[in-house]
Parts: sequence; structure tokens; C-alpha cells
Amino acid sequence: MSFFMEVLLGGLLAGVMYSLVAIGFVLIYKASGVFNFAQGSMVLFAALTFVSLLERGLPFWLAFVLSLLSMLLLALLLERLVLRHLVNRPPITLFMATLGLSYVVEGVAQALWGAQVHGLDLGIEDTPLELGGLMLSRFDLFAAGSAGLLVLLLSLLFNKTRIGLSLRAVADDQLAALAVGIRLQRMWVLVWAVAGLVGLVAGLLWGARLGVQFSLSLIVLKALPVLIIGGFTSIGGAIVGGLIVGASEKLAEVYLGPLLSGGIENWFPYVLALLFLLLRPAGLFGERAIERV
Amino acid sequence: MKNHLHTLKGAVVLALGLAAASATAQAGGEQYFPLQSYRVGPYAAGGTGFFGGFIDYLQYVNIKEGGVNGVKLTWSECETEYVVEKGVECYERLKKGLNGAPAAATNPLSVGIAYATLERSTADKLPLITINHGRTDSTDGSVFPYVFPLQLNPYSEVSAIINYIGQKSGGLAKLKGKKIAVLYHGSPYGKETNPILELLSKKYGFQLVSLEVPHPGNEQQSQWLTIRQQKPDWVILRGWGVMNPVALKTAQKTGYPADHIIGNIWSNSEEDAAPAGAAAKGFISITTHPSGSQFPVLQGIKKTVLDAGKGNLADPKRFGTVYYNLGVVNGILNVEAVRLAQAKFGKKPLTGEQVRWGFEHLHFDDKRLKEVGALGLLQPLQLSCADHEGGGAVRFQQWDGQQWKVISPWVQADRKLLRPIIEDSSHKYAKEKGITPRDCSKES
Repeated sequence: MSFFMEVLLGGLLAGVMYSLVAIGFVLIYKASGVFNFAQGSMVLFAALTFVSLLERGLPFWLAFVLSLLSMLLLALLLERLVLRHLVNRPPITLFMATLGLSYVVEGVAQALWGAQVHGLDLGIEDTPLELGGLMLSRFDLFAAGSAGLLVLLLSLLFNKTRIGLSLRAVADDQLAALAVGIRLQRMWVLVWAVAGLVGLVAGLLWGARLGVQFSLSLIVLKALPVLIIGGFTSIGGAIVGGLIVGASEKLAEVYLGPLLSGGIENWFPYVLALLFLLLRPAGLFGERAIERV
Repeated sequence: MKNHLHTLKGAVVLALGLAAASATAQAGGEQYFPLQSYRVGPYAAGGTGFFGGFIDYLQYVNIKEGGVNGVKLTWSECETEYVVEKGVECYERLKKGLNGAPAAATNPLSVGIAYATLERSTADKLPLITINHGRTDSTDGSVFPYVFPLQLNPYSEVSAIINYIGQKSGGLAKLKGKKIAVLYHGSPYGKETNPILELLSKKYGFQLVSLEVPHPGNEQQSQWLTIRQQKPDWVILRGWGVMNPVALKTAQKTGYPADHIIGNIWSNSEEDAAPAGAAAKGFISITTHPSGSQFPVLQGIKKTVLDAGKGNLADPKRFGTVYYNLGVVNGILNVEAVRLAQAKFGKKPLTGEQVRWGFEHLHFDDKRLKEVGALGLLQPLQLSCADHEGGGAVRFQQWDGQQWKVISPWVQADRKLLRPIIEDSSHKYAKEKGITPRDCSKES
């Protein structure tokens, strides 16, 4: 039983890490209806910038602030060079644009900072922690706490500030938001910058786990089933979706894996996601599309 | 006027002819290495190190010796990003040589690209070098005349690891009753040695626990919890890329000691251990070539190439790292093959077919290793028509938190045990493809 609990808790904590990436998608989708395939590349860009600055002798917080500024600059460039020219285009056009962007951002990140693999030590010891006879990871607990704090801050931003109100208005109806004087371009820059901040936090936590390297951009593959299950428009949904994906993939790998010759945890969450698409297409917390016919 | 025109035309034709002849003569004096390199993408760290070392060695031979017996070495790169289709495209683009300089061999450093270009290489009579990797049965040169898994094939790799564990346990007989887990990358590369490990487990009586990690391997919680539950005496890590540091970090998280994890040949670089930080301290891996820059050949490269500002590495701190040194070793083997082939076919640029002869006659003993400044860097090895691996030995190294330290002498694979298995597989391939194996006893 304790082994089962360890697998389950380990999976839930891993799921929080997936949620961190998924939140970046949700933010942009909520505000602009764009499924930003470049989120993984943004995570890579942010982490690579941070660790490269750190290795050049900058103190932690200065490297963090400069990395954040680089994400803001990236957001400005994306809005000015790409998004502005694609207003009112079909969603598939915007999606394809972000697909292209993901390759551009990856290429620019490697051209700027090189292809070398970097270690990243956040100063959190990752030795096992015994709690009630269960062995848990200190680092994963820290990551879960960071994700919780981030969700809290984002909820405050969305629900308690004028900016949040404007963002929600843009998400509801872009034309109506424009009509009441909300500056759409500014909101887009803002939301892409916030997604950049989420990318930076995710990049640091994932980078400390994997090393800062190209594979960071592949973590989007873990976020996709999370989004389908939790819904594309809910930050809470991203958290719940992450927990479901994390726990189910670990339990499936340990208990079903040996029956299916192992290595199933990559595709098992997609089986769950497909089931959700069939039974609840908007996900657990997503907004159902209501259309006048 | 007409005469003047004729004279002018004649002068132009003569000048063009001389220029062409001079270009041909210059190109005719060069031996070309087509490089299917990867400097961007997920595996760029390995690619930049390996191809950096390879190019620096070619450069070193050109500067120090004026090429091989006066034949300058030349090369050009084609970016594959480690993608098989791009690798094949690069192969087709580069195989014909460069400005008349014939191609010596291809060195893609990619299992996927090697598999995809294997038959083309044979048809084009251009050696395909898969140093430390590739198809195990291509060791049998009677069936695979143009493929060379130099130094170490995958079967030898696991056999040597089991022999080392046997040594640490007090003899191979002591393996009986032990439990060994293998954590392998979920790809044909990762799975290739599973049948051999099963065979060895039956032979020596140890229990084998096989666990697959799906690509790319950035999440391994469930595998390491299973390892913790199974309590193996040793874990063999057959990883690649991000899978390696994640394995070490997750091992620490679940309380498994790093000094009982043995990494294979693609889990043995600084890029595999350093990102795991303190979790990697004590981690053991195999190597065919130690890292470090103390070897005379590396000192020569430093003085002649790097200090002259002609080095290929973007980051000079990577000089002497595992991937860089593998590139240098690969360069030594390629250049030696050209040198040997020149001794037979003449001191001129050679065809791929002629260079293949050179590879099949590679022979490095301690004397020759000392002459090329690579004693201790490269294992003694001898190739033949039947044996395209040549070495089959590894040393073991341990990560001290900052760098690798060699902790064992050469440990040999059980090549006698493996040879019939390799031949079974190669003969099956020959039958499938309608190949009549060469009679190696008649080859000179």
C-alpha cells in the first residue's frame, strides 16, 4: 500500500510540473483564443537566458529580472512583427504562426546562447524526505508550492485588478473590448509577457530537474493532455488536469506497463485525453462554446 | 584584326585551360571528408563536441604534416539536426566529393542516419563509420564490407559492463543470485542489447530487471520507484541526451546510490553528468577514451590549432571533454585508414573503396599509439575483413562532481561468446538481402 501511495503522490507532484507549463498555454488562449504552440520554446528561451546570465557572474535576482525583461522584449516583438498582422484571421492561421514561431525561438535561443547543456542549481536539496513512512521529493514539494503561489498571483491579477478585468473583456469579445476603449495590442503584449513569466518559472523548475537544454522545449508534449482534460480556458483546470495526468501516467506505468511491455507513460495520458474529447470536449473546467444557430 | 581576335581567343582558352588544370591539380591533391554534422537541435551538445574534435584533428594533420603524405585533408559540413531524412539528404549531396577531391568515408554519429545510409554506402563503395555505436552485426565485415562500428559495438558494451560488475563482486561466479536492472531508452538503440543481457543473465545466473524509459526521458519517477522496490545490486543506464541527468536526479530522489549506476557509452559525457549536479557524484560509466588534455596529440592540437585561433569549438572550455576527445579519436582512426591505404594504393587522394582497405587493416599497438601521441587515449585495436570492430574493450570512469576520473584498466568484452550471435544475425541479413558473404581467408 505504501508503494502505491508513493507512486500516486510522486505522480501528483510531477503533475504539478506539467500544470506549470499548461498555465502558459491557458493564459494566451484565454486572452486571445490562440493556441500558442511556441510556449515550450519560450520556456527554453527563458531558462537558457537565465542560466547563461548566471554563468556570466550575474547574481540570481539580477539574472531573473533580466530574463524577465528579455521575455517582455520577446512579447513586444511577437506582437509587433507577427500578431498585429494576423488580427481577425482564422484560429488555424494563428496556430500555424505560433508553430513557426516555436522553431524561430528555438533557433534564436541556440544562436544566442549556444547548444551546450547547462546545470542549474536553485539551492533546493533534492534528497528524499520521509513523511509518514512515505518517501517524497523535497524539490517536487518546492515546485508544487511555487506553482500554487503562481496560481494565486495569477488569480489575483485576473480577478482583482483593472488589467485582469480588461484581459477578461478581451477574452470574452475582442470587438466589444475595442469598442469600450481597451487597447487590444497592449493587452496582447501584457498577456504574452505574463506567459513569458510563467515560462521563466517553469523553465527554472524544469531546468533544475533536467538541466537547461534543448529538451526543455519538448515538455509541451506533457502539457497537451493536461489542457484537453482540464480545459483550455481555466487555470484551475490546468492544475487539476496536471494532477490527473501525473497520477494516472505513473500508476499506469507501474501497474499496466509490465503487461504492455513497458514505456507506456508517454501515450497513456493521450488515451485519457481522447476519452475526455469524446465525453467532455471542453474539458473539466473549460468554457463550452455556445453558438447561435 | 581577325588574327588579333584569334590570338585573343587563343589566349583566353589557354588561360581558362591553365586555370582549370591548376584547380584540378589542387583539388586532385586533397582527400575529402563529408561531415553530416549537427550543431543545432536537441543533440547539438554532442554534435558540436564530436565534430569539433574531428575537424581540429584534421586541421592539426594539415598544419603539422601538410596533410597525409602531402595530400591535404579537406571537409565540408551539412547540418542534419540529427534528423534521419536530413542525414540522408546530406549523404547524397556530399558523397561525390568536393571540387574533385574524393570522399574518404562518412561519419554521421547517429544510429538512425547510419541505418538509413547503410545500403547506400555499400552501393556507393563509401565506408560508413559508426564509432562506438551502430548495428552490432555490421562487425562482421564479410557481410557488411563498408560498415565499421569501430572500437566498440553495443553487444561488447554490455558484455564488458557485466564483466566489470563480476570483477567488483569477486568473480563472474559471484554474479549468481545478484539482481541487475537495466534502464533503457525506449528506442531501437536502447533495446538493442536486451537479448544479450538476457543471455548473460542465464549464463551467469543473475536476475535481470528491464525497465523502459519513453523518449525523451524527462520523467522517470515510476521507473525509479520500481527500482527502489526491486532493490537491484546495480543499475545499467542505457540512456541518451536528457534521459541521463534525469535518471541521476531521480535516483537521488528515490534514494538509489549513484555509485551503483553504470552508464553506457552514450551516458558517459560531461553533458550527461554535470546537469545532474550533486546527484551525479559517484556515478560510474564506461568509456573508450578518457577525457582530459594531457595526451601528446591533444597538446599538439592545442598548440598548433587552438592557440593559433583555428580551433573549431565555439567554447574553448570544451577542449578535452568526452565528446571532443571522441571526435579526435575518430579523426585518428580515419586518418590512419587513409595513411595505410596510401601505402598500398599510392600517395594520392583515394576512393572510398581504397580507404575501406585502410580501415580493414587498422592496427594500433602501443608503439603506433605512442607515435600518434594517443597512448592511453585510444585502446590497442586491430581490424580485419571479418572484424570491423577491432577493440571491444572499455575503461570505467567515475564522476567526482566536477570531472571524470578513470577508475579501471581496460576491461574486455567476451567477444568469443558474442561472435556466433553476431554471425547468426549477419548471415540472416545476408540471406534476406541476397548477399554472398566475402571469403575473408582470401582477402589480403
